[in-house]
Amino acid sequence: MSGLRILVGCKRVIDYAVKVRVRPDKLGVVTEGVKHSMNPFDEIAVEEAVRLKEKKLASEIIVASCGPQQNQETLRTALAMGADKAIHVLVEDKDYSNLQPIHVSKLLAKIAAEEKVDIVLLGKQAIDDDCNQTGQMLAAILDWPQGTFASKVVKKDGSLDVTREVDGGLETINIKLPAVITTDLRLNEPRYATLPNIMKAKKKPLTTKKPSDYGVEIKSSHQVLSVEDPPTREAGQKVESVDLLVAKLKEAGFMKS
Amino acid sequence: EMLLFPELDKYEDVEHLNELIAPVERFFTENVDSQSIDIEGEIPKELIRQLGELGLFGQQIPHEYGGLELDATGYARMAEVTAMDASVAVTFAGHQAIGLKGILIAGTREQKEKYLPKLATGEQLAAFCLTEPSSGSDAASIQTRATLSEDGKTFHLNGGKIWITNGGIADVFTVFAKTEVTDEQGNREDKMTAFIVERAFGGITSGKPEDKLGIRGSNTCEVHFDNTPVPIENVLGEVGGGFKIAMNILNSGRFSMGSSGAGMLKKLIGFAAEHAISRTQFKEKLMNFGLIQEKFSTMAVTTYAMESMAYLTALNLDSYVEPDLSVEAAIVKVFSSEGCWNCASESLQVLGGLGYMKTYPYERYLRDARILMIFEGTNEILRLFIAMNCLKYAGKELKEFQKLLRNPLKNPSAMFLFMRKMSSRKPKKVMHLNEELHPTLQHEAWMLEQWTQYLEKAVQKLLRQYGNSIIDEQFHLKRLADMAIDLYAMTACIGRTSRSLCMGLKNNDHEKTMTQLFCKEAVHRLENNFEAIMSGDQSNGDDLRRQIAEKVFTEHGYAASHPLTKNKF
Repeated sequence: MSGLRILVGCKRVIDYAVKVRVRPDKLGVVTEGVKHSMNPFDEIAVEEAVRLKEKKLASEIIVASCGPQQNQETLRTALAMGADKAIHVLVEDKDYSNLQPIHVSKLLAKIAAEEKVDIVLLGKQAIDDDCNQTGQMLAAILDWPQGTFASKVVKKDGSLDVTREVDGGLETINIKLPAVITTDLRLNEPRYATLPNIMKAKKKPLTTKKPSDYGVEIKSSHQVLSVEDPPTREAGQKVESVDLLVAKLKEAGFMKS
Repeated sequence: EMLLFPELDKYEDVEHLNELIAPVERFFTENVDSQSIDIEGEIPKELIRQLGELGLFGQQIPHEYGGLELDATGYARMAEVTAMDASVAVTFAGHQAIGLKGILIAGTREQKEKYLPKLATGEQLAAFCLTEPSSGSDAASIQTRATLSEDGKTFHLNGGKIWITNGGIADVFTVFAKTEVTDEQGNREDKMTAFIVERAFGGITSGKPEDKLGIRGSNTCEVHFDNTPVPIENVLGEVGGGFKIAMNILNSGRFSMGSSGAGMLKKLIGFAAEHAISRTQFKEKLMNFGLIQEKFSTMAVTTYAMESMAYLTALNLDSYVEPDLSVEAAIVKVFSSEGCWNCASESLQVLGGLGYMKTYPYERYLRDARILMIFEGTNEILRLFIAMNCLKYAGKELKEFQKLLRNPLKNPSAMFLFMRKMSSRKPKKVMHLNEELHPTLQHEAWMLEQWTQYLEKAVQKLLRQYGNSIIDEQFHLKRLADMAIDLYAMTACIGRTSRSLCMGLKNNDHEKTMTQLFCKEAVHRLENNFEAIMSGDQSNGDDLRRQIAEKVFTEHGYAASHPLTKNKF
């Protein structure tokens, strides 16, 4: 029985519940001392991979993450959820600000080829940069079909039926393996890593690599000009009559006098 | 040596603990509906199953039996998170801190293999059965009996226990009962024995769940044993050795109240602070008013002291083989329970009327906190325990002179010299504590050293004055205990702050400020207690207290004539 080999990409981001604050230099947000966790969409990807393994459709799950030393926490959480081994592509803090989806997709492409995977599962986007690019770029580099915004994945013979969430509703496509899938919110509900599993995860293999091991250079092609808070919400005004409303709108310049 | 705040050996150990904490914290935030647990008075079975799956029922059970094998520090850290829901926290504590702890510390290999695996997953729950209607603090007076059968193979258990946590839902009970023990001389005596009892043995009935003020989701009920057969293989430890086991069990879990209390307070401080920052009255934010600032400073400092003491104790428990930190654990429990009650009340006060409403969690935390001063050894009993220990150590030193003191006329010159020495002894910098610490804490270190010596002085005075009957002088014992509590708290705060300063931890200057305030306030309390001890019962009000209490008991209630009373003529 040859089960599918799955690669799942995980990103370590600021926890969704944290109130994000802009850095004083206005070139980013405060990350130090702030709670971080796995990107929620990546958790859904890991969960989907583990479920495929539990259904005996997958035989091995490899998780990978690109970033500084702390990303190992994220990888260990994935191992605790049920992944088999982890690859950490170490990107030092100073280079991390230059790391873009293009680099990540190149790294993941190399890892996917090396590990001879059949499916790459990624979150549809990261909740810190909201790029929504890595999956698509990766599929292009590998020249593999892609099923993005997946809310359901069913294995068929040598292919996958992927139900996608699109603006008009749900679209189901059939894509040949090997393929890239990006997960959307309603694909599944990720499990909590149980404490005994967290302890077992310590024994699972975690290898550290460098971007240069994969022939990828982290060179930034753009520069952050500024990061600002959204404008503070102004208080609304209540008016007593329609005439008064029209008057106020004219006053504010929203209507021609 | 106590001032060197202990460390987890490696950075990885700290990281590992944090990894374990994260999913639990998340689970509690997302999945535990404390409000409905409080209203329904029950923890849903499904939640218990999920908590078991997470591994939380076997925190201190060894790996080989399916547990997490957390040490004292790990357990304390986890307690900070589980404290988010007091009913769940108490259910855990009833199960593992006391319910199955006996098997862990006194069980044979067979007993461990038989019971621990199912207890670790939460498939079976455990309960600790000691308290009876007429035996609360006076645990040695229990009347539940275990009689040995003719063939010597089975004990039969008869009696009733009350207020048993998990009593209605547990399958495995640690039961304490009186057994007739015959010693080598053939004398028969009733001594306490501990038994592992399965509900399946039969004859066990649980009463209906008690309707409580707080921790309403925790199952508390009566448990009755009607000729319950218990095989002798289920004796825990030795026949007749039950009291010691009970005390060891209770001592071993106590310190975690410090970290669970701190966990709860940190949350409350956060909620209340958000309110104080955003609420405006008299055109100002609440946070700008002095009376509000005072509350937050009190809450923060109390939490800091609680946390510091809890981890100082836990880390030391883990660092030494067979440590006896029962006094320190008792101190942590007394301080934390009272600190939680007071600070929960203060945080409620910050919210004003809103704090009183059930739509906000403050009133629930306050109700949940009230039990802390009562269970696991009432604070009154623990204070006596702490004080007796102070006396024990000082007493040993004074043994020589005690003979003189009992009979001063026998050797008056030695007596005189001793008195001179004792009264003139001003605290000297004997310990040189300040040399071990960060230089900015010199003053606090000196205060600590000085007041430790004053405590010694107070102890000596009491022993001289009362001798062995000091054990009946509870007004004074309380003062000694309070002094010891303040000193241990100061030790923990100073040690921790020194470490933070030396390591350059974030906000360490804030820690220093808190330690400075704590020490200042602690010294005030120490001064008052010392004064009251040294000045004697006629000056410190104790004589008056006794008289007043006596009158209230004679009159069966409040005894003063009503203020409106007039004489007829």
